[in-house]
Amino acid sequence: MAEFTPQNRTLISSAALARPRGKRIYWTVLTVVIVVFTLVFVGPLYWMITSGFKSVHEVVQNPPTLFPHDPQPSNYHTAWTQLKLAKLLWNTFYYAFGALAFQLVFDVTAAYALSKLRPVLGNVVLGAMLATLMIPSAVLIIPQYMTVLDLPLLHVNLINHPWAIWLPTVANGFNIFLLKRFFDSIPNDLMAAAAIDGAGPTRTLLSIVLPMSRPILGVVSIFAVVNVWKDFLWPMLVEPDPTKQPINIGINSLSQGVPENVLIAALAISALPTLLIFLLFQRNIMSGLTAGSLKG
Amino acid sequence: MAATTVPDKTTRRHAGRGTAGPKAAGGRGGLSRKLTHNLQAYGFLIGAIICFGLFSWYPMVREFIMSFQQTKRGVTSWVGFHNIKTVYHDPYFWTAWKNTGLFTLYALVIGFAVPFLVAILLNELRHARAYLRVLVYLPVMLPPVAGALLFKYFYNPEYGLFNRILKFFHLPTSQWLDSSHTALISVVIAATWMSMGSATLIYLAALQNIPGELYEAADLDGAGLWSKIWHVTIPQTRLVLSLMLLLQIVATMQEFTNVFLMAGGNGPENSTMTVVYMVYQYGYRYNNFGGAAALGLFLLLVLVGFSGLYARLNRNSD
Repeated sequence: MAEFTPQNRTLISSAALARPRGKRIYWTVLTVVIVVFTLVFVGPLYWMITSGFKSVHEVVQNPPTLFPHDPQPSNYHTAWTQLKLAKLLWNTFYYAFGALAFQLVFDVTAAYALSKLRPVLGNVVLGAMLATLMIPSAVLIIPQYMTVLDLPLLHVNLINHPWAIWLPTVANGFNIFLLKRFFDSIPNDLMAAAAIDGAGPTRTLLSIVLPMSRPILGVVSIFAVVNVWKDFLWPMLVEPDPTKQPINIGINSLSQGVPENVLIAALAISALPTLLIFLLFQRNIMSGLTAGSLKG
Repeated sequence: MAATTVPDKTTRRHAGRGTAGPKAAGGRGGLSRKLTHNLQAYGFLIGAIICFGLFSWYPMVREFIMSFQQTKRGVTSWVGFHNIKTVYHDPYFWTAWKNTGLFTLYALVIGFAVPFLVAILLNELRHARAYLRVLVYLPVMLPPVAGALLFKYFYNPEYGLFNRILKFFHLPTSQWLDSSHTALISVVIAATWMSMGSATLIYLAALQNIPGELYEAADLDGAGLWSKIWHVTIPQTRLVLSLMLLLQIVATMQEFTNVFLMAGGNGPENSTMTVVYMVYQYGYRYNNFGGAAALGLFLLLVLVGFSGLYARLNRNSD
């Protein structure tokens, strides 16, 4: 037990692995797992990227080729211009970061008020916000769509407007839950000290609460961006104008009549931004996932 | 103490009643201070309250109202149970429910068991752990259009990668998405590939929290591998497992994106038509929003039980 702490003790003991037979089995299993997992999870992505370089004939050739015989980078260029990927990517980016900004401003201030300012009936508001977690989102699609068509009181139609994507993302009970739970863990003595120094609630939020909340803000931000990037049905309904569609809907509606290799190149381009975000922030994303989603 | 009061745990409880302590000085001053405090707090809340109101609370009420209304040429009228009867007597009502049920069942067999087994396997490995974790999570980050259309190519019966590989090994090929027998399960396999990363990482975190002494004790009792999994691993992760089970049921019963992208929604002989796809059809093909809302009401009734159970278990876990 030299190299493993008791917490690391799992199904199979280190002592069993240290025996010659255990060692042999362990290394075989490890090799098989690495090879199989690489094939299963990276294989399709490798196929996607290389097929983007192949000719139409080579894409469907049997048996499939491992490397493109005659690489055609022009496929990527055609995909970029023909499917108007620059526009689609920009739209997605605009929706995702707009949604992030709205969520950071409205959900953070709301969770702060519910956790630290605690107004009259605050718990009722909190309960009503958390209750929305119980309602399956697909059920609300139709009435939400009707609301967006004709906003109550204001009578504005938000179809084809980015607000139709941004504003509903604020109504996220899970954000309120995560943020409020984190703010609850900030000691009230700190708040009191700030108040004695003459800081109002806004000042306290900006100078004390926010700098301490960087981990949770990171988790909320990443999921805010990724959720918009991955959403499909809602943006398809509220952004019918082809020049305003995000990448998921745009590529799908333009996919008919595009040669296979060009469409695959377009898919590869569409996958790139989120894969890059993931590789850059993988630690935050994976730890945020395990910290956050269990207590949904 | 300046004009701003930040209530802490002791004063908060009395905040409603004009209170003890240094702040009690001057009844009227205290009252207006409290009023300012509440106004300020609701100033912080107003943005979220408006958004929740417009896009969650009001739609929830409206979902019920719409189920009993019909709009024809701009005139909305109450129609009682007409919408509910219409969708209930729709020839595809039970087809959609059967498909949704089957989809959920397949997703549980494949999508629930596979991540747990993968997590157990990864937890035993002492090397390349970070690499394998990143691999499993990689497809989760793909935009759905990339994952779904990629699998649509793989599934193509003539030139798809899967059939070419099967042919290469002289194995029987399949019609995948083109046959009513295999379309639904093909979608489930692709959906599992795309989403199993999250569940795997959550199980992995749960496995790492199991105290090692339990396994040592089991070893001393002469327990084998399977009995250790059965008597230590599963009981120790039972809560996470049941939470994920409910979460997955609620998510898969709302399936739309993958059947829409891969099988065009209906699939061959309506074999992939799910309830949410039917809601979409009612609303956006037949322009019958009352019917769509009524169908949503059925879904709500079925799913709210599962979500309620989830919320209860989750609260107990704190």
